[in-house]
Amino acid sequence: MSAELIRLTAADTAAKIAAGEVTAVEVAHAHLDRIAAVDERVHSFLQVDADGALAAAEAVDTARASGEKLGPLAGVPLALKDVVVTKGLETTSGSKILKGWIPPYDATITTKMRDAGIVILGKTNMDEFAMGSSTENSAYGATHNPWDLDRTPGGSSGGSSAAVAAFEAPLSIGTDTGGSIRQPAAVTGIVGHKPTYGAVSRRGLIAFSSSLDQAGPFGRTVLDAALLHEVIAGHDPGDSTSLNVPVSQVVAAAREGAQGDLGGLTVGVVRELGGEGYEPGVEAAARETYARLEQMGAKVVEVSCPNFTYALAAYYLIAPSECSSNLARFDSVRYGLRVGDDGVNSLEDVMSLTREAGFGAEVKRRIMIGTYALSSGYYDAYYGQAQKVRTLISRDFAAAFETCDVLVSPATPTVAFRLGERVDDPMAMYAADLCTLPASLAGLPAISVPAGLSEGLPVGLQIMAPALADDRCYRVAAAVEASFGHPLIDDAPELHR
Amino acid sequence: MPAISREEVAHLARLARLAVTDEELDMFAGQLDVILGAVARVGEVAADDIPPTSHVVPLTNVLREDEPQPSIDREAVLAVAPAAEDGRFRVPRILDEDA
Amino acid sequence: MTTSTLPTYDDVIARYEPVIGLETHVELGTRTKMFCGCSTVFGAEPNTQVCPVCLGLPGSLPVANKAAIEATIRIGLALNCSIAEWCRFARKNYFYPDMPKNYQISQYDEPLCVDGYLDVVVDGQEYRIGIERVHLEEDTGKSLHVGGATGRIHGATHSLVDFNRAGIPLVEIVTKPVPGLGAKAPEVAKAYVTELRNVIRGLGVSDVRMEQGSMRCDVNTSLMPRGGTEWGTRTETKNVNSLRSVERAVRSEMLRQASVLDTGGRIIQETRHFHEDTGVSTSGRSKEEATDYRYFPEPDLAPLAPDPAWVEELRATLPEPPSVRRRRLQDAWGLTDHDMDSIANAGAVELIEATIEAGASSETARKWWLGVLARRANETGVELDALPVTPAQVAALQALVDAGRINDKLARQVLEGVLAGEGDPETVVAARGLEVVSDTGALGAAVDEAIAANPDVAQKIRDGKVAAAGALVGAVMKTTKGQADAKTVRELILERLT
Repeated sequence: MSAELIRLTAADTAAKIAAGEVTAVEVAHAHLDRIAAVDERVHSFLQVDADGALAAAEAVDTARASGEKLGPLAGVPLALKDVVVTKGLETTSGSKILKGWIPPYDATITTKMRDAGIVILGKTNMDEFAMGSSTENSAYGATHNPWDLDRTPGGSSGGSSAAVAAFEAPLSIGTDTGGSIRQPAAVTGIVGHKPTYGAVSRRGLIAFSSSLDQAGPFGRTVLDAALLHEVIAGHDPGDSTSLNVPVSQVVAAAREGAQGDLGGLTVGVVRELGGEGYEPGVEAAARETYARLEQMGAKVVEVSCPNFTYALAAYYLIAPSECSSNLARFDSVRYGLRVGDDGVNSLEDVMSLTREAGFGAEVKRRIMIGTYALSSGYYDAYYGQAQKVRTLISRDFAAAFETCDVLVSPATPTVAFRLGERVDDPMAMYAADLCTLPASLAGLPAISVPAGLSEGLPVGLQIMAPALADDRCYRVAAAVEASFGHPLIDDAPELHR
Repeated sequence: MPAISREEVAHLARLARLAVTDEELDMFAGQLDVILGAVARVGEVAADDIPPTSHVVPLTNVLREDEPQPSIDREAVLAVAPAAEDGRFRVPRILDEDA
Repeated sequence: MTTSTLPTYDDVIARYEPVIGLETHVELGTRTKMFCGCSTVFGAEPNTQVCPVCLGLPGSLPVANKAAIEATIRIGLALNCSIAEWCRFARKNYFYPDMPKNYQISQYDEPLCVDGYLDVVVDGQEYRIGIERVHLEEDTGKSLHVGGATGRIHGATHSLVDFNRAGIPLVEIVTKPVPGLGAKAPEVAKAYVTELRNVIRGLGVSDVRMEQGSMRCDVNTSLMPRGGTEWGTRTETKNVNSLRSVERAVRSEMLRQASVLDTGGRIIQETRHFHEDTGVSTSGRSKEEATDYRYFPEPDLAPLAPDPAWVEELRATLPEPPSVRRRRLQDAWGLTDHDMDSIANAGAVELIEATIEAGASSETARKWWLGVLARRANETGVELDALPVTPAQVAALQALVDAGRINDKLARQVLEGVLAGEGDPETVVAARGLEVVSDTGALGAAVDEAIAANPDVAQKIRDGKVAAAGALVGAVMKTTKGQADAKTVRELILERLT
């Protein structure tokens, strides 16, 4: 029974709970058992909150028993990336500098999910402060890809994507700054969406790059991701960058897309998101998916977005600049690690020793790059120029969307790479973001949906849409999913050794 | 496009309050040189007349009313502090006299 | 450097031209902080008015206070500035323990208000002080330095930080450099800060008390040799905590810089710390290498684009400028320019106006504020409006005199009681038993006593020298500790002796 329960989609789980066929507590236990069975090998979780999860599950069962109407995801278990603040539950952002930090407040999305009756199982592993593409930058050890335990599950939301791919939870939350939801989704064979910037509140997300960070859903199916999207999206007056617009109707769009009719839709394949650095198997899988789109009635054309080739350079100036400032608050004064306070060292020394001990190499690199790019004398050529390139990238998108409804590309140039393969070569690691960076810089919605296999490993197709058109992403993704007949994750090898 | 020297990296580390070791300095100097070389590509784009994007959403005037909200309980605040004394956060002696 | 090596002020003026600039920070009196809803009420227990935002907890985000924006625009309008059509907040990045985020949200190259002016008058001469910019930012927390001798950082073993004041809205007002003031530079600087304070107080957006820190002033000074074309290196003097100190700071810095230049030295661009007790400044941090704050636009806050219609609405809410008000009152009170200037310089205009509004006449209001109270303020080294007495109390005091319940001498004693915190005039009179006694029965005994004690004077009066009654009145006043009603006493004396 347990084994079947963990294989259910979130939608089916919620339906069975609502129908009384199974209790939320049973569902929670099933998933806690699964975690106990496999997480030693996968290492998705930094922390499992069994007590909290069971209490939340009980509350749903009680509500149902007293006749209350349950929300569409009530009782469904979820894994939460440790970059999201949870009141009373340790939150580390994958870093030593926050080891043991117990937040006194909940992120807005945490509250929304709790209010929706979602059962938070625990906090998942991630690249430290969301900086990375493999989860190897975590201060707490790497996460392993359920498709091949010697490979990375992508990053920075690798723990969240692995948890869903390993059936430890049907849903998870990640954050995406340069691709940190889409790329892990692609390499673990599940669905991951980066919402329009501003569609989901950032209040309570430990900030990496403020003008780019967005929280978003992971699910094994497009519908599951859409259901979670509608729970977490929405205006938040506590976030000054939050859009005050109605939540995009992504669930309806996902259901519609599943019908498999894309007649009237024009799909643009971005020329610059391919070629050198892209595995032939990945590009082949992508092309095959474009053919499927045509079969479902879409018109597929090629478009050129020439400034996309500068996206990596612009991103690796903007994001480090913002993070060098966002991470300045980790100074040993009010919370977190304190090192070297021996009664002799000055505060300046204690701050420096603390940050030296508490931050990993990638974080230090980005802080220094950002400090450099913002320095007087360098600002115009680096940060300032990057912000201009950002404008040009937005303009490229606008021009493309004049003739296309959505734009597509592989979600990442390669299938999951091996653990250890890129850790010593920052530029090689950054290359994993080539496809995802442009939509991040422009603040546009983009989803990664499974698009077959290459050499036995998952490939993801990225679908990008204009701002606020998240529903378009889900519609086309659902059509792609429907064309394959069953979720790709069903083909994943069993986790046994 | 200038390569970044070890001294410059050491300076950046000081500005960012990072007490990097000598080994790290050697490693970072090489890596930052490569990364900065790559990101300097933004300079190839002709963008004199292009306005920079600081905010990707077209919002303006996001304001709140001047109504007091509850503060956090001091006990909760100081419970996570590395050091506290007399209801305040305790820090080691400060060097610079900041005006 | 000893005082004896300093040139005289006249000497300095003869050979140098001063250029001054002033940077003023004003704490707004909004109910909540700039970027969060924490209360701003003064004097709370440490770290009880904090939240994730003003503590800089991970994941926290700022939301701008509408009332603070409004107040800043009104200040800009009152200073004749243009209001930006579109502007942004910026991060000013530096590490310090009282900075919760180790960056301050401020404004950099896009201030909310620009390019205004404030006119001041000194010795009958009008000066127009250019305003470069008015912008909005957040204040820091407060540190206590423990273990050193003076409570300062030097010698401290550790520090304790309170974040209650972190995030309080601060308005920064920066003048353009002001050349051409000559010998009047120190006075014009003081007059500017005084008038600025009047303007802001009139808007009701801050209580602008320098001694409490809700208004802080930094003074920039440089000297150029007369006939030169290039301005000299300027220094910044901080910790200027009163209007008087503004003047002293400029004057002392002019003397110091002149003595350095005279001996062929170079002025170091630095921040200096002013000392109230000695009236001179000491060297602080060297600003040779200006700190690079790595400013960039604040991504967590949306740009501000004040609706022009809203700005005009706010312009309509501006009160009468203090200078216009002073002219109107001067006419109403029938005073000369010189007299009105004295009142303005003493900071007494509003106090007198309020006292009149509370019922006193213009003459008596002026008498009290420019007389006894001005002297008291001077003696205790505080501003007139910092004295522990209100215009309403002064008016009530005068009303008691007008009603004959106390005389002038008693009124002084009542005033002492009010200043000592014993309560309103009525309360002090009752508590201290200072009411004038005019009950003939009660006075009769005292009158008889005086007559008996002064037989010669009494005889003179009997003989027709009525004027001698004055001496007996004096005697009765003495025995009644001044509480007898003089008129009644006189009547009783004459009654008995004529």
